[in-house]
Amino acid sequence: MGSTEGVFFLTGKDFKNAGSASSSLKGILEGMGIPPAIIRRVAIASFEAEMNTIIYAVAGMINYCITPEMITIRIQDMGPGIEDIELAMKEGYSTAPDYIREMGFGSGMGLPNIKRNADTLTVNSIIGEGTTVEFIINLAPGE
Amino acid sequence: MKLQEIIDSLSLRVETPTVDLDREVKGAYVSDMLSDVMGNAKDGFVWITLQIHLNIIAVASLKGLSGIILINNRVPAEDTLKKALEENIPIMSSPLPAFELVGRLYSLGLRCR
Repeated sequence: MGSTEGVFFLTGKDFKNAGSASSSLKGILEGMGIPPAIIRRVAIASFEAEMNTIIYAVAGMINYCITPEMITIRIQDMGPGIEDIELAMKEGYSTAPDYIREMGFGSGMGLPNIKRNADTLTVNSIIGEGTTVEFIINLAPGE
Repeated sequence: MKLQEIIDSLSLRVETPTVDLDREVKGAYVSDMLSDVMGNAKDGFVWITLQIHLNIIAVASLKGLSGIILINNRVPAEDTLKKALEENIPIMSSPLPAFELVGRLYSLGLRCR
């Protein structure tokens, strides 16, 4: 069985295009006939990860791989890194500056939203280098 | 409930004249935090907010929301409006503050579930 793969590139602080990678990904999944409930989960998780890159990093990319069994999304950024991943996973914790919060971001719900919508979530981060967030949403029924 | 009924009942100002308003509203969610809406609003909901910047359209589109209602007579930013027309997302505006507006939506029978 084949797989569909691709990549989107993200630019830090580019709020004009923020969310467009997730929108494109949603369109691709819709075109493949993926069930809407699954697409909703992917869209939420990928939007949150995309926004984290836009808000915190200089640049980043979203890789997606869709197989009949699962959707794997990997977001790698060139950002400041996360000092305490466990703390970052806590709902309500955020290090976003005020102007970001005024836009309605930085509520500390990004990573928790990804976790809630993904079947597995892995976060790896190196201070001063960047963060990689990878999540998988299963497609195969009966798992 | 139809979106048009809500617009008529609450005398909402429609900011996106070319977007089709013939759509069903299944509920409502009020928040100014985008991730809160991403996490907790549901497909077919209207979203009540004071945020007027471009990124609200991405949220509405990704979540499959039925529309965005701005409070306190707020006007969407120019690029927000353009994006809303592209993405086919209705934006409405009300002179009421969030508390009043949400109360009226609740009276119309809208819920958050």
